[in-house]
Amino acid sequence: MTALLLAEFRDPETLIAAARRAREAGWKGLDAHTPFAVPELVEALGLPPARIRPIMLGAGVAAAVLTFALCWYSAVISYPLNLGGRPLNSWPTFLVLCFEAGVLAAALAGFVAFFAFSGLPRLHHPLFAARDFDRASQDAFFLAVQDPKVDAGRLALLLDGLGPVSVREVAQ
Amino acid sequence: MSPRGGGTEGLLPRSTSYGALVGLVADALMRRNVGWRWYAAFGVTLAMTLMLAGCVTWLFLRGLGIFGNNTAVVWGFPIANYVWWIGIGNAGTFISAALLLTRQPWRAAINRFAEVMTIFAVAIAGLFPILHLGRPEYAYWLAPYPNVMGLWPQWRSALVWDFAAIISYLIFSLLFWYLGLIPDMATLRDRARTRLGQVAYGVLAMGWRGSARHWQLHDAVYRALAVMALPLVVSVHSVAAMDFSASPMPGWQETIFPPYFVVGALFSGFGMVIVLTALVRLGLGLQAVITPRHFEVMGKIVLACSIGMGLSYATEWFYAWSLGSRAELVHLHKLFGGEYTPLYLTMLACNLLAPQILWIPQARRNILVVVCVAIVLNVGMWLERILIIWNTLSHGHLPSMWSVFWPSIFDWLVLAGSLGFFAMMFLCFARLLPAVAMHDLGKLLRERRKES
Repeated sequence: MTALLLAEFRDPETLIAAARRAREAGWKGLDAHTPFAVPELVEALGLPPARIRPIMLGAGVAAAVLTFALCWYSAVISYPLNLGGRPLNSWPTFLVLCFEAGVLAAALAGFVAFFAFSGLPRLHHPLFAARDFDRASQDAFFLAVQDPKVDAGRLALLLDGLGPVSVREVAQ
Repeated sequence: MSPRGGGTEGLLPRSTSYGALVGLVADALMRRNVGWRWYAAFGVTLAMTLMLAGCVTWLFLRGLGIFGNNTAVVWGFPIANYVWWIGIGNAGTFISAALLLTRQPWRAAINRFAEVMTIFAVAIAGLFPILHLGRPEYAYWLAPYPNVMGLWPQWRSALVWDFAAIISYLIFSLLFWYLGLIPDMATLRDRARTRLGQVAYGVLAMGWRGSARHWQLHDAVYRALAVMALPLVVSVHSVAAMDFSASPMPGWQETIFPPYFVVGALFSGFGMVIVLTALVRLGLGLQAVITPRHFEVMGKIVLACSIGMGLSYATEWFYAWSLGSRAELVHLHKLFGGEYTPLYLTMLACNLLAPQILWIPQARRNILVVVCVAIVLNVGMWLERILIIWNTLSHGHLPSMWSVFWPSIFDWLVLAGSLGFFAMMFLCFARLLPAVAMHDLGKLLRERRKES
């Protein structure tokens, strides 16, 4: 099994520089662990785009169309009710419900897609056993490398001059 | 929003670190002993909640007659409470989403409890129409479900839209809040010293590792939700306004109602956020990250909303006068010369006059002044909600039906009980979950370090 290496930094700026170096070295299996979002890492690590919004849009439109179909079917075919001679297909009044249903479905779809794409929930992970990894959610910034041709020595060499707090291999 | 623009000045302590900011928020939750004040507040609000439960039980046993509603004023307190609470509930998610999209640095310290305020307020608001049904056991008839009666909801009714809007908004707000909470749950999981804390926060954190991929996906969903939150919020209170304006009653049938209600919702919602901000700041000792600058900017928004309210009232009066219909003119006369006029003038003073003190910069920077204005305006907004109902229903199209509303003791008890219920849930939240988004504070600190 390929070794999982962790390099710890004290600030996000150095982590970004380290991530750029690792990517330029052509290494695979790069990731970072930070206590808050560092948007530059997406580019620095070369992460694929998060294709989550098209799913939300699709779900929202589908729910809106379905809601309209439901309203139309019940008001025109299943349960026609003459209210002061107004048309049965009074479509503008259906649109409020279509909007609410569309937004709700898009939000639910985004929520589910977030968990599906991120591999969560996953309560156990080798990383949680790594020393000081509990600080990745507080004030430490980690670069993770999982590449068959890289060991701790090569990673330390690559990070020369960036001053990582530690470079370690995670027991798996 | 501020003369200092989008800068982070005055939002964080001068010398601080990522770890110190996390500790500031998390340590208050890890403390075993929270002091007698919390328990005293919890005891009082628990008693009020039990009183609410008792009143609701009595209501279900005896029916709507226990309230002051009469044959003309059929909507009374429950609907006014509903509109008031949903107005408060409108602001939290809106504040969080709008400030995120406009990149306001002062969002970081207040968005979390504003979102929680929304969830609790909308949940309470949703109870009132059901309590007011008279036959609450049939509330589910509002939903389209396959039934042997062959019936469908009436899609053209604003009340059905309202049901859909409240449910959608409540679920949406829960998702939005929880998604923002996940990284903070991981922080608490890693800081918790007790086994119970580690397991409870660990399960809620869903195994969050703060991976760059996690953050990228999180950001994509969170921002997309924020974009959707804005029109959703507007739709929720617009629909609440249509409950009134889609009827042919004098004083209600006005096209100004939806925007007027949305402004009013932001007004009272920001007012409630100001009050909660002061309480959270004091109760959790967060003076370092909740600063006078937060109150200053919120004071400005309240002032702007107050002017919006003034425009809305003036538009209402102008409509009534210019339409020339007898019922509308009677309505206008009754506003300024009827049974409820003292209350109406109090409402105008609370909503239009009191916030004007915030024009003075020194007053805006004084937390006590801003909080007092916020409390006064929330009283004013409640008066507005009840007067919209009283003034119109007491003087409808048929003069022989005119009657004055006298609240019963249960009207007051249920209103007080709903406030107690809200406060109790908020106390539990402040004790168990981080009241301030720690990861947003970290981002803010990074921004400041990049600025300097």
